[in-house]
Amino acid sequence: MTDVQQLLPCSEPVRFLEPTGTLVAGGPGEEASARGYAMPEPEALVEVWRNMVLGRRFDAQATALTKQGRLAVYPSSRGQDACQVAPVLTMTGPDWLFPTYRDSMALFVRGLNPAESMAQLRGNWHSGYDPKATQTGPQTTPLATQALHAAGAAYGMVRRGTGGVALCYIGDGATSEGDFHEGMNFAAVFNAPTVFVVQNNKYAISVPLAKQTKAPSLAYKGVGYGVRSEQVDGNDPIAMLAVSRAAFEHARSGGGPFLIEAHTYRMEAHTNADDATRYRSSDEVDEWVGRDPIVRLQTWLLAEGHIEDATVEEVRAEGEEIAARIRSIMNEDAVLDPMELFEHVYAEPTPQLREQAAMVAAEEALR
Amino acid sequence: MTQTTFAQALNRALRDELTADEDVLVFGEDVGQLGGVFRITDGLTRDFGEDRCFDTPLAEAGIAGFAVGLALQGFRPVIEMQFDAFAYPAFEQIASHIAKYRNRTRGKVNLPIVIRIPYGGGIGGVEHHCDSSEGYYAHTPGLQVVTPATPGDAYSMLREAIRNPDPVVFMEPKALYWSKEDLDLPVEREPFGQAAVRREGSDVTLVTYGPQVATALKAAEVAAAEEDWDVEVVDLRTIVPFDDETVAASVRKTGRAVVLSEAQGFAGVAGEVAARISERCFHSLAAPVLRVSGLDIPYPPPMLEHSYLPGVDRILDTIARLQWDDEPDTHHLPASDREQVSA
Repeated sequence: MTDVQQLLPCSEPVRFLEPTGTLVAGGPGEEASARGYAMPEPEALVEVWRNMVLGRRFDAQATALTKQGRLAVYPSSRGQDACQVAPVLTMTGPDWLFPTYRDSMALFVRGLNPAESMAQLRGNWHSGYDPKATQTGPQTTPLATQALHAAGAAYGMVRRGTGGVALCYIGDGATSEGDFHEGMNFAAVFNAPTVFVVQNNKYAISVPLAKQTKAPSLAYKGVGYGVRSEQVDGNDPIAMLAVSRAAFEHARSGGGPFLIEAHTYRMEAHTNADDATRYRSSDEVDEWVGRDPIVRLQTWLLAEGHIEDATVEEVRAEGEEIAARIRSIMNEDAVLDPMELFEHVYAEPTPQLREQAAMVAAEEALR
Repeated sequence: MTQTTFAQALNRALRDELTADEDVLVFGEDVGQLGGVFRITDGLTRDFGEDRCFDTPLAEAGIAGFAVGLALQGFRPVIEMQFDAFAYPAFEQIASHIAKYRNRTRGKVNLPIVIRIPYGGGIGGVEHHCDSSEGYYAHTPGLQVVTPATPGDAYSMLREAIRNPDPVVFMEPKALYWSKEDLDLPVEREPFGQAAVRREGSDVTLVTYGPQVATALKAAEVAAAEEDWDVEVVDLRTIVPFDDETVAASVRKTGRAVVLSEAQGFAGVAGEVAARISERCFHSLAAPVLRVSGLDIPYPPPMLEHSYLPGVDRILDTIARLQWDDEPDTHHLPASDREQVSA
């Protein structure tokens, strides 16, 4: 039998860094230390900070592109930067990522070509990148369905002996979906190396967490499945990296799946089409803006001398270059061939699809 | 020649594919030690090991979604849904992911997953164990939906399904599991999309599939003996892709068509087939295309299923309505109007 104590999350979210940018006095506490969450080395934290700065610039650029009509829709992850960056930077060569629609920043950090990864948001195609070549599942909109894909892929990696781990992102609302539970159960039963990261950003579109669950923490949902679980201050990049490392190590070394609940906040509306003022106050938003993960880590890195003002300027400039590159990609008019609609339904189009293709071809010829 | 049951043919197909391709994995509820509630996977775990044929937690969406992840790692999952209606929790994974993955990824990733579903009634099953659910899948682009009606087809079509690069919903008529055929296995595979003419005839085409093929053949025998109607029986075998060519050629030859399904008729596969025939064969038709189907009611309890299932009499009554004497069909009119039309 599994020792339940080994599975339970800490009684409070794991935190290394205060919102003010100073280290928590005496470290993350006995519970967290006992679980092996160790302070990462400064170089790794500089890398987390750099990617958060670039990722946020990417995110801001994407939001701006919706206003210019260059993207059909964009669900921002501003504020969730540490959650988007730290687990992805923990990934190694054989690992796979299973993102949701809100994890575009994570895809950017993973190094996907924005021209491909933004195809869905732009409206070119439902997904623009090759999941096998990038070891990244498509961004799913049916909630929590990717939890099972991650569990299956993770088990597949065990069978193939690749040593890979599947990282699966999920939102707080999606923990009410059956597939979240089935995904954790399958991952546990098959001892599949899966790291589930629940970004608890407090709202499922407009519905607050209190209407989503009575669980004391979403991390407790793992315990019933025999999944080792943890809750983390998701706006503390140091804690996110420390716990992500422990989670990947746990999964990779045969310990089975690991569930991380990252307490964070969606600073923007659900998407550019949403009006968040209808369901939350500006005071609440302001309070969370005060816990900005980038400011928090940057303050500490500067104070400790791990970066300098010049570094901040360099990375800011790098962000501007990336934003300019994305603008230029997205400002190019998409070239789409309606006949391609028929090409990827089956390996060979059915006779009925060939007939419909001929009809559309004739319509196109008259345009 | 050996007497082989439909169930034995399926089991042999699984064995031959497990042997031929080490990426084939069989999993689902009770498929391991027990060999499945219908024993289709009998002995597979014993003979191929638990890595190749294994039990899963009792969760159909879980089974289907897990298959997606395994297919991404290059495996060829063959999953079992224990009963037709128990597959509904998996519908989101099937319709939103399995069916769409190739399309969504612009052809870069295909998912060669076979979803085996025992379906249909006629075996005295209780509620939720007798649905004809093929219509839901046939309506979903990206899925191939096939249903064998003979032990030989059960073998060859399951092997073809497992080899196929795209997902296949493999509908197994429960009522046929114990049917037998003289058969020497293995038999050759054929590409999907080819209907079979099971009985040649010149007067009327009876188009059907799966559990109703045997009923159609019985009806054809009675029709020949008692009514002097020469009935051609076409077994679709694959609903998607659909073989318009064979169906239309038959109806153009006979000039009359009845479409037969066990499934309820409204908005179903039989309606689609009837529409396709009308669109393609209008000028060859001597009578409207008619349907014989199950009733538009939830599948009834075992003691009443005989009223639901289309039988020989219902089929013959429908064939009789095909304007043999140039009499208009008044079947759909209120009784008071029928005489008027006839006059």
